[in-house]
Amino acid sequence: MLDATTYPTRREENWRYSDVDALKSLDLAAINSWREITVPAGETHREIFTFDQADGTDLRRLRVTLGKGAECELFAVSAGSQYARLEVEVTLASKAHFEFGGVTLGGDSTIREFVTRTIHAEPDATSNQTVRAVHWGKGTGNFLGRIDVVRDAQRTDAAQDFKGLLLERGASANAVPQLEIFADDVKCAHGATVGQLDEQARFYMAARGLSPDMARKLLVRAFLADAFAALDDEAEQERLLEQALTVLGDAV
Amino acid sequence: MLKIENLHAEIDGKEILRGLNLEVNAGEIHAIMGPNGAGKSTLAYVLGGRPGYEVTQGSVTFNGEDLLAMEPHERAAAGTFLGFQYPVEIPGVSNVQFLREALNSQRKSRGEEPLSGGDFLKLAREKAALLKLDMDMLKRNVNVGFSGGEKKRAEMVQMGILDPKFAVLDETDSGLDIDALKTVGEGINAIMRKPDKAVLLITHYQRLLDYVKPDVVHVLAKGRIVKTGGPELALQLESEGYETVAA
Ligand SMILES: Nc1ncnc2c1ncn2[C@@H]1O[C@H](COP(=O)(O)OP(=O)(O)OP(=O)(O)O)[C@@H](O)[C@H]1O
Ligand SMILES: [Mg+2]
Repeated sequence: MLDATTYPTRREENWRYSDVDALKSLDLAAINSWREITVPAGETHREIFTFDQADGTDLRRLRVTLGKGAECELFAVSAGSQYARLEVEVTLASKAHFEFGGVTLGGDSTIREFVTRTIHAEPDATSNQTVRAVHWGKGTGNFLGRIDVVRDAQRTDAAQDFKGLLLERGASANAVPQLEIFADDVKCAHGATVGQLDEQARFYMAARGLSPDMARKLLVRAFLADAFAALDDEAEQERLLEQALTVLGDAV
Repeated sequence: MLKIENLHAEIDGKEILRGLNLEVNAGEIHAIMGPNGAGKSTLAYVLGGRPGYEVTQGSVTFNGEDLLAMEPHERAAAGTFLGFQYPVEIPGVSNVQFLREALNSQRKSRGEEPLSGGDFLKLAREKAALLKLDMDMLKRNVNVGFSGGEKKRAEMVQMGILDPKFAVLDETDSGLDIDALKTVGEGINAIMRKPDKAVLLITHYQRLLDYVKPDVVHVLAKGRIVKTGGPELALQLESEGYETVAA
């Protein structure tokens, strides 16, 4: 990917829902800088990202190269900054695995997004991405997930699952899956839905004595949990969920 | 304990309750029977404060307080319980988590200390045993994948844990097998048959009333109570039907 010599605009597919004005607070060099991670054959890299800055722009770009049978597990809580973007480009060698679990939460006019490009460059690699977005006010959550499966990458298994939950009219959630598949023996499951809190469940919970805030918190927590289900550390799952839920207090 | 006067309520602008009067005293169990679509569940939901059920006239007081002025969760904290005709499934939220939060929310609003995790589990285990519901069911998500009968038993476990003063049980007997009916009936007696408590039991059949003996039986038709009597009224309804008895 060539470095851009101008600021991104919304005309570009990868930035169509982004807060491109907020990017102007960064210089081009910062925007164009990618962190490189190489995971040698058979090894595992796990990393957790938290976006909890009060304001401003928080842009992080990551380029991961996975060797044969290597694994990369990334989990993210994006619940801070006016504009937050985590962009990940992963290239998988044979039998490698990429796991991504991310949640975006936000109100006001915040925009929080995940942009992934998963390149299955060799056969038998797997990838699984689960994103949950909870927004209110005029908040926006985006998941742009591109999957490239090259011609020889037979038996690729690439899954993507996005669910958005809008707590108020005016909030939005966008999912843009993009599949570029050039092999024929490929499994590529992807789903995207956007909904609201279940009113029946809310009344049921209220009828048992839960305040509207508490009911919402339990429902949102249940909604988010899928994103961290692949994290094999329950205490860490709990911590991430609690962290995500702290911003929910600002919601009406 | 509960006093309903001239209650009118509508859903989507359609009047369902049309001047309903009912008084339930502490220590009493009242049964409400009536044809499909009469407004029995509507009454239950109005008492619970379900959004979309609009009261246009009349009043409901609970121990002298204006029940209709309270939010749904405040009504629960005040000591009311609504057993749902169709209990709601909540994926991703376990019964244990849900009920502990619910109980502690109620306790908090009454100015009581929250129950610890250990004490809560002990209480839950005791009530599950009373209703012969496997404790493992309570570790599962709320009503998700429960059979019809299991949902109804789980409702009664919830009632046991929350220990309300007044319960409206909407067709708690439907979907129960013969043995479960007995268990649930005995459970209702154990939890609610107390001098300071009362129950409004909505049902279509006498069989639950064989276990939970009502003091008063009402017939609700077209949005009002059209007939009131003793336990014998339920038996008469069963043999003769609504058309003759409540005409
Ligand atoms: N959301 C709604 N919109 C319009 N009408 C409704 C709605 N919900 C219920 N009703 C109507 O209100 C009336 C009373 O319904 P309700 O559920 O209270 O009856 P019920 O006495 O509980 O009947 P059943 O014995 O079948 O449970 C019915 O005619 C029903 O169709
Ligand atoms: Mg009904």
